[in-house]
Amino acid sequence: MEQQLEQLKQEALQKIEAAASVKELNDVRVAYLGKKGPITDLLKGMGKLPAEERPKMGALVNVVRETVTTTLEEKMELLELQAVNEKLEKETIDITLPGRPVKLGNHHPLTRVVEEIEDFFISMGYEVAEGPEVEQDYYNFEALNLPKGHPARDMQDSFYITEDVLLRTHTSPVQARTMAAKKGESIKIICPGKVYRRDSDDATHSHQFTQIEGLVVGEDIRMSDLKGTLALFAKKMFGEEREIRLRPSFFPFTEPSVEMDISCFKCGGSGCNVCKKTGWIEILGAGMVHPNVLEMAGYDPTVFTGFAFGMGPERIAMLKYGVEDIRHFFTNDMRFISQFNRTEV
Amino acid sequence: MYVSTKWLENYVDTKGIAPADLAEKITRAGIEVDTIIDRSEGLTNIVVGHVESCEKHPEADKLNICQVNVGEETVQIICGAPNVAAGQNIIAALPGAKLPGGMKIKKAKLRGEVSNGMICSLQELGVEGKTVAKAYAEGIYVLPADAKPGTDALSLLGLDDVILEFDLTPNRADALSMLGVAYEVGAILSQDVKLPTIEYTASNEKAEDVLTLKVEAKEDNPMYIAKVVKNVKVAESPLWLQNYLMAAGVRPHNNVVDITNFVLLEYGQPLHAFDYDRLETKEIVVRRAVEGEKMTTLDDVERTLHADQLVITNGKEPVALAGVMGGANSEVHDGTTTVVIESAYFASASVRKTSKDVGLRSDASTRFEKGVDPNRVAEAAERAAQLMAELAGGEVLAGAVQFDELDKESVRIILSPDYVNQRLGMKIPMDEMVSILERLQIPVEAANGQLIVDAPTRRQDLRIKEDLIEEIARLYGYDEIPMTLPIGESVPGGLNSFQEKRRLVRRYMESAGLYQAITYSLTSRAESQSFALETAPVTELLMPMSEDRSVLRQSLLPHLLDATTYNVARRIDTVSLYETGSVFLGTQEDGLPKEVGHVAAVITGKWVDHAWQQENKKVDFFVMKGIVEGLMDTLGLTGKVTYAKATHDGLHPGRTADILLNGVVVGVLGQLHPSEQKKRDLKETYVTEMNLALLLAESAEALVYEQVPRYPSMSRDIALVVSKDEAAGSLMDIIQEAGGKLLKDVTVFDLYEGDKVDEGMKSLAFSLTYFDAERTLTDEEVVTRHDKVLAALKEKSGAVLRG
Repeated sequence: MEQQLEQLKQEALQKIEAAASVKELNDVRVAYLGKKGPITDLLKGMGKLPAEERPKMGALVNVVRETVTTTLEEKMELLELQAVNEKLEKETIDITLPGRPVKLGNHHPLTRVVEEIEDFFISMGYEVAEGPEVEQDYYNFEALNLPKGHPARDMQDSFYITEDVLLRTHTSPVQARTMAAKKGESIKIICPGKVYRRDSDDATHSHQFTQIEGLVVGEDIRMSDLKGTLALFAKKMFGEEREIRLRPSFFPFTEPSVEMDISCFKCGGSGCNVCKKTGWIEILGAGMVHPNVLEMAGYDPTVFTGFAFGMGPERIAMLKYGVEDIRHFFTNDMRFISQFNRTEV
Repeated sequence: MYVSTKWLENYVDTKGIAPADLAEKITRAGIEVDTIIDRSEGLTNIVVGHVESCEKHPEADKLNICQVNVGEETVQIICGAPNVAAGQNIIAALPGAKLPGGMKIKKAKLRGEVSNGMICSLQELGVEGKTVAKAYAEGIYVLPADAKPGTDALSLLGLDDVILEFDLTPNRADALSMLGVAYEVGAILSQDVKLPTIEYTASNEKAEDVLTLKVEAKEDNPMYIAKVVKNVKVAESPLWLQNYLMAAGVRPHNNVVDITNFVLLEYGQPLHAFDYDRLETKEIVVRRAVEGEKMTTLDDVERTLHADQLVITNGKEPVALAGVMGGANSEVHDGTTTVVIESAYFASASVRKTSKDVGLRSDASTRFEKGVDPNRVAEAAERAAQLMAELAGGEVLAGAVQFDELDKESVRIILSPDYVNQRLGMKIPMDEMVSILERLQIPVEAANGQLIVDAPTRRQDLRIKEDLIEEIARLYGYDEIPMTLPIGESVPGGLNSFQEKRRLVRRYMESAGLYQAITYSLTSRAESQSFALETAPVTELLMPMSEDRSVLRQSLLPHLLDATTYNVARRIDTVSLYETGSVFLGTQEDGLPKEVGHVAAVITGKWVDHAWQQENKKVDFFVMKGIVEGLMDTLGLTGKVTYAKATHDGLHPGRTADILLNGVVVGVLGQLHPSEQKKRDLKETYVTEMNLALLLAESAEALVYEQVPRYPSMSRDIALVVSKDEAAGSLMDIIQEAGGKLLKDVTVFDLYEGDKVDEGMKSLAFSLTYFDAERTLTDEEVVTRHDKVLAALKEKSGAVLRG
C-alpha cells in the first residue's frame, strides 16, 4: 500500500509538472484530489486496514495529499501569473500614438500682457479703473492740460463724433474722471482700455489699440516714488536683472515728464537687434501730475502731488514675443492667438 | 532738427568730446538724439582738382577727357558730367578713394582712354540731392576759384562733420536754433555760449525814409521789423555758408536768401527778404486777407485766401503769406539791388491755421507755430543786415521800420529748495540748484532761502515751479533720483466685482475651448446693427477714414464672424472664438452713447476631432448651448436662467433660442442662418451673444454645502412617445413638478425619431433619480411617486409610455 501511495504521488506530481494551463491543472486536481480521486479512495479504503495500521497509513496518505496539494497550488499560482502576463502582453498598446486632445482656448496676447500688468499693480494696492471709450472732449483733453487750440488736439488725429465728443485717444480721461469723482481723496489706480487714433493701419500703426495707465495722487508723492514703483514693475514684468533709466521727455499732463528705458531683456544691455544696439528699450512714458491737472480736478496742488505713467500693451507684447506687425493683434488668426497658450515661467 | 557739430563749435566749446558721447549726454539731459550722421564716413582720397583742359572723347559723345591738376601732378580723368569745363575747380576722387556705399575708385580705361579717378558731384559724396544748389543738382560740383588744387576737398566742403539729428518734444522749440542748442550743450558741458558779434557800418540814409509800415492786425502780428539794404549784389554764397545750410538740410539759393535761412537756423527767427523795387509802393501793410483774394506764392501756386489768414501786402496786394511763404511777385532775383529784411512775431495760432489751410509747412511756419523768442526778433534782423553787408556787399540803411507791441517780459518764478527736493524725493543743495540754473543761463538769485528765477523768453516752456524742478533734476541727473515707494496708508488693491467676474467669464470660455479674439469697435454702417440684441441710434464718426470703419458696433458678432471667415479661408476648418467688449447704443444725457459690455462666441467645424480613434463630432446647437449652460453654472445663475425658442435676423429660424435671466432676455444663441453662412463662406456655424453687464450684475446663488449622500438613491427610466413638437424642456418641467422633493434629478438619455414610432411622433427617454437625504427610500414610496409623475405626464402632455 505504501508503494502504491508513493507511485500515486509520483504520478500526480508528474501530471502537475506537465500541466500547461489552469484548466489542465484543474483536471489534475479533480483527478487526484477530487471526491472520486484515488487519494480519496485510499482514505475510504482505510476502514479495511487493521486498526493498528490505520494511524500510520492515515498520516502517510495525508502527507501525500498535502504534498500534492501544495505542489498543485504552487503550480496554479505560476500558471495564473503566466495567464495574466499573457493577457497583459496581448493588451499592449503603442504608447507613441498621440493622446486625445483636451479642448482649451487661451487669452489673447494683449489680455495676457494687460492682466500681468494689472496683477502687479493690484499687488501694490492699486484698483483697476475703467471708463467710456467714447469720451467728452473735456476729459480727453481739457482736463489734462490740453486746452482748445492745442496742436495735439487736431481733428485730423482723432475720431470725433461731434465737436465735443470723440473716441478717446488715450486712457488718461479715466484718470481725470477718477480724480473728479474722488475729490480730495488719495488715489491709486491702473487704467487699461481700448483707445483710438486717426491713423491708417500698417505694421506699426493701428487705429485701435490698447493702453494701460497708472495714477497715484496723495500728499507728498515724490518723483522718487515714481522711479521706485517703475523699477519694481520693470523687474516683475521683464525679469529680476532689469535696470531702468529715466530720460526727460514731455507730456502736457505731467511736469517733470520722463520716458523710462529698461536694460534690454534680450541681450542684457550689450546691444542687439531688439534694443537697436543701444542696450536700452523704451517702455513707457511717465511724470509728476501737472499742477493744472490736479487743480482742474479739484485737488490743491500745494497739498497734493501725484505721478502718472502709461504704456502700450501692443508694444510690450511685440517686444516680448517678437511680433513684427501690430495688425496681428486684430486679425484674430487662430494660428497666431493659439500660440499664447502656455506659461513663460 | 539737424545739428552740425562743426557749426555748433562756433558757439560752444565741445572739443575733446566724441560726437557719440555728446549725443548720449544730450539725450540723457532731455533732447533725444535720434541719429548720428558722420558725413565723412567712407570718404578718402578726395581732393580739389583744377581742370586744365577738357576735350570731347573721340569714341563717346557724352564723355570728356579732362586734364586735371591735382596738386603735385596733372592727371587725365574721364568725366561724363554735362557741366564739366576747363578752368573749373572740381572735386576729384583719386585712385584708392572710397565713396559712400562702398564704391572704390581705381585707375581705369574708358573707351580706350585712361581715367585716373573721378570728378564728383556732391551727391556722390553722400550729400542729399534736395540740399544741393540747383546749379549743380544735375552735374558735378564746381568749387570756388580760390580753392587750392591737391588740398583736401572734404574739409573745404565741410564734410568733415558729424550731424546730430534731434527728435524734439513740442515744448523744446528753443532747440530749433543753433544758439538754442548751444545753450543746452553749454549747460550740459558747463561751458559758456559765444553769441555772434553784430557790427556793421550803417549808411546815413534811414530805412524810414524809403519805407513805411502799417500793421492792421496787431493781435496776429504784435511785432514787425523791416530793415532795408541797398546795393546788394546777388550771387552765390561763400562756401562755408552753403556748407552750413546743406548740413542743416537746406538748399542754398543765393546769398540774400541763404542769409535769411542761415539766421533762421542760427537764431530760430524766421526772416523774409523782399525785393524792394518789386514792392513798388514803398509801403508794407500787414492785414487779414480779403475773402477770395488771390496770390501766387514762391512755389508758383496761385492760392485763394480766406479772411482769417494773415498777409503782408504792399498796400495793394499780398506779397507774402505771413510766416508761411513769400509771394512770387516780390521774390529776390539775380537782378535785385535793394532788399527789405522782414523779421516779425506772428502769433502761433494764426500761422498754424494758415499753414494747415494751404497745406504748406516750412522751416518758418514750424518755428512761428511753436513760438519764437520775442527778444530775438530785432537782433535777428540786425544779424541778417550785418551778413548782407559782409557777404553781399550791401549798404544797410540806418534804423528800421517797425511796429512793436510785443510783451518781452521774462516770467519770474520763486521757489524754495525744499519745494524742489520734496517733490523730487532728493536732497540737492541750494548752491547746486543755483549753479545748474546758471549753467542754463537762466537768471537766478538766491535770497532768504528762496530761488528767484527770471525765466528767459527764449525758454517759453518755463512758466511754473514744476518746469524749473524739471530743469534742475534733468541736469542734476535722473540717475541720482533715489528709488522709494509712496508713503502713507496702504489700502488693498483689487478688481471690482464686474472686473473679477469678467475675468472668470474669460477663463471659463477658454476652458470650454474658445480662444479670445479682440476685434475693432468701428465697423461699417451696414454691419453696425447686424445681430444686435438691442438696437438704438448708432454712433457715427464725423470724419471717418473709410466707410468700413465709420460707425461704432452694436454687436460683437459681425467682426467675430469676419475673423471666422478669415480663418476658414486659410483652411483652418475648426474655429472657436469669443470676445468680451463694449457695444455702443444711442446717446445719453452727457452726449455719450451707452456703452454696454457684451460677450459673444462663434464656433464652426469639428468640436471633437480625434481622428485615429474615429472620434469626430461636428459643432451643433447643443455644443453652443452646453457652453452657455456651463457659463451660467460658473456664474451661479443656473436656477435663474431659461431658454426660449426665438427668431432673430441672421439666425436659423428653427435653431435659435433666447437666453433669459429671471425672465428677461439677456442673450441669444443659435445657428447662423444658412443664407448668412453662404454669404460669409462658412459651413454650419453657431453663435451666441450675451449682455455681460446684466449677467454680471446678477448675484450668484448662495454657495452652501449640500451633504454628500449617505443613503442610496433609486433610478427609474421611462421612455415616452410624444408629438414631435413637444419640447423636452416642458416634459422635464412636468416631471420636476410631479416628482416633488423626492425627485433628485431628471436627465434625458435618448431621443428617437424614426420608423418605430408613428408618423409625427418621437420617443424621449428620461432617467429619474429619487432620493431622500435622511433615509433609504422604500420601493412603495418610489412607485407611488413615480406613478404620479407618469399620470401627470399623461394628463398634461398626452405622453404615453413607449411599449
